[in-house]
Amino acid sequence: MRTEEHSARRSRQIGRVFIYGSLIALAAFYLMPLWVMTVTSLKSLDEIYGGSFIGMPKAITLEAWNKAWQEACIGTACTGLRPYFINSILMVVPAVILSTGIGAINGYILTKWRFAGANAIFGLLLFGCFLPFQAVILPMAQVLGRLHLSGTIPGLVLVHTVYGISFTTLFFRNYFITIPDELTRAAQIDGAGFFRIFFSVMLPTALPIIVVSCIWQFTQIWNDFLFGVSFTAGQSSPITVALNNIVNVTMGRKQYNVDMAAAMIAAIPTLFVYVVAGRYFVRGLTAGAVKG
Amino acid sequence: MSPKNKLDLWLPRLVLSPSLLAVLIAVYLFIVWTAWISLSSSQMVPKFDFVGVEQYVRLWSTPRWHTAVANLFIFTALFLTITIALGLFLAILLDQKVRAEGFLRAVYLYPMALSFIVTGTAWKWILNPDLGLQKVINELGWTGFVFDWITQPSFAIYCVVIAAVWQSTGFAMAIFLAGLRAIDTSIIKAAQIEGASLPRIYLNVIVPMLRPAFLSVIVLLSYISIKSFDLVLALTNAGPGSATEMPSTFMFAATFRRNQMGVGAASAIMMLMTVAAIIVPYLYSELREDRNAH
Repeated sequence: MRTEEHSARRSRQIGRVFIYGSLIALAAFYLMPLWVMTVTSLKSLDEIYGGSFIGMPKAITLEAWNKAWQEACIGTACTGLRPYFINSILMVVPAVILSTGIGAINGYILTKWRFAGANAIFGLLLFGCFLPFQAVILPMAQVLGRLHLSGTIPGLVLVHTVYGISFTTLFFRNYFITIPDELTRAAQIDGAGFFRIFFSVMLPTALPIIVVSCIWQFTQIWNDFLFGVSFTAGQSSPITVALNNIVNVTMGRKQYNVDMAAAMIAAIPTLFVYVVAGRYFVRGLTAGAVKG
Repeated sequence: MSPKNKLDLWLPRLVLSPSLLAVLIAVYLFIVWTAWISLSSSQMVPKFDFVGVEQYVRLWSTPRWHTAVANLFIFTALFLTITIALGLFLAILLDQKVRAEGFLRAVYLYPMALSFIVTGTAWKWILNPDLGLQKVINELGWTGFVFDWITQPSFAIYCVVIAAVWQSTGFAMAIFLAGLRAIDTSIIKAAQIEGASLPRIYLNVIVPMLRPAFLSVIVLLSYISIKSFDLVLALTNAGPGSATEMPSTFMFAATFRRNQMGVGAASAIMMLMTVAAIIVPYLYSELREDRNAH
């Protein structure tokens, strides 16, 4: 009896060692690229070509960050990433606000003002979440040209807003469906109309999903590459396109430290949002998979 | 809600209609437009004539497209298998009441917040055989260690798999973990009392209960893999040669670099049909269940 208990405890201990061992080893694997990027961006080029890859920098230098931010060449313009970072901000802020606002009111209509065909409309919108954008970039390029918006930030804002509506509507629809209809009905009896109910009854309850939607849209739009590379050129590109240009320069000695600093600069906004509001990020991620 | 007056009857429809119109145009009409181009003789500029399936014939007689389709199959099979296995493994381990769970979860998930361009840039550097991981391991004493897949046409696609798995495992883990948390723990206790070992309980009892989570993960990862474009471009630029060409990169190059708009449109329609074959039944079943639940 005693030995049996003993061996049970032993196998439990072995289990715990296995669990923590695996978790820590895999955590190291997932952190490794971030570590390598960070230390490489802080090294001098001589140190990198001298064979330092994973170790701490011998002398920390911000030279590569400085170059990536204001000197590196994107095409023929050696302006660094700064103007493209600004482009991305000018693109992402209006697109996030617009698509979230539109999604909120759509979700409200589809749950609280149901009419015949509302479900079919929702289904039509939903397919937009899974649209391979390759199937629409050709006509979109034509239309942006006709509207004189090709190669401009407002053009990208329009594109991201339109293709963001599907996701934001899904978020708000799945959230508002959990809000009891009694709430809106009572407001209606009190004489509140369509917009009044939206702004003073629905929106105040919707803060968590507003955060989810903003974070999701921010990450998607900031990280977009396909629309950026298809609809813009040169100075009007978003940061992902500029980063790809810096990295794919083939002239001269490759400046890996500048590449890594540039990648970090492009990654910092979304990483920051993730660190601050990771909980909401996860909710957005699983919203497409787990029904609300 | 019962509308109290006429205004409230048409106002919701009126407010919804711009969105509906935008999506009808930007999704459905644009798909029709692309399909039309794929049946025309368009090359540099769109032409609205009709040449039947000529562009599809050209597409399927292009060796590069065959490479792209083959790569898509290899990539999707490996990417799905490894991401699901690793994600499920992590979710089960995290579900064992471990310490620092929140921190570990964040570590596995943060790559999902990055752009594929950033991921590609980082892994391109790590996989660089002259200065990256291979060299570090060589210097640690294992001089025969070779890890130069990214320069080998027949192995470069596996580099794309590694980077994609690294980026997406956290996503699979998050969904599996949500599924595991929804399972009643008394089932595990009951099986333990009957003398089953923990790994066996997971394999025979718990994993089969995760069916809905599996479905979601498979569908969403397939979607990621079909449209994966930025990662390939940043990591290998579809090379060496055209060794890591994918349908998405093929479409882009044909349309914007090689003035083969018709062929590009045909490849886009092939991609769309593949995605639709997976997504439409999935959405249909999700929406139907939804209706039953309410």
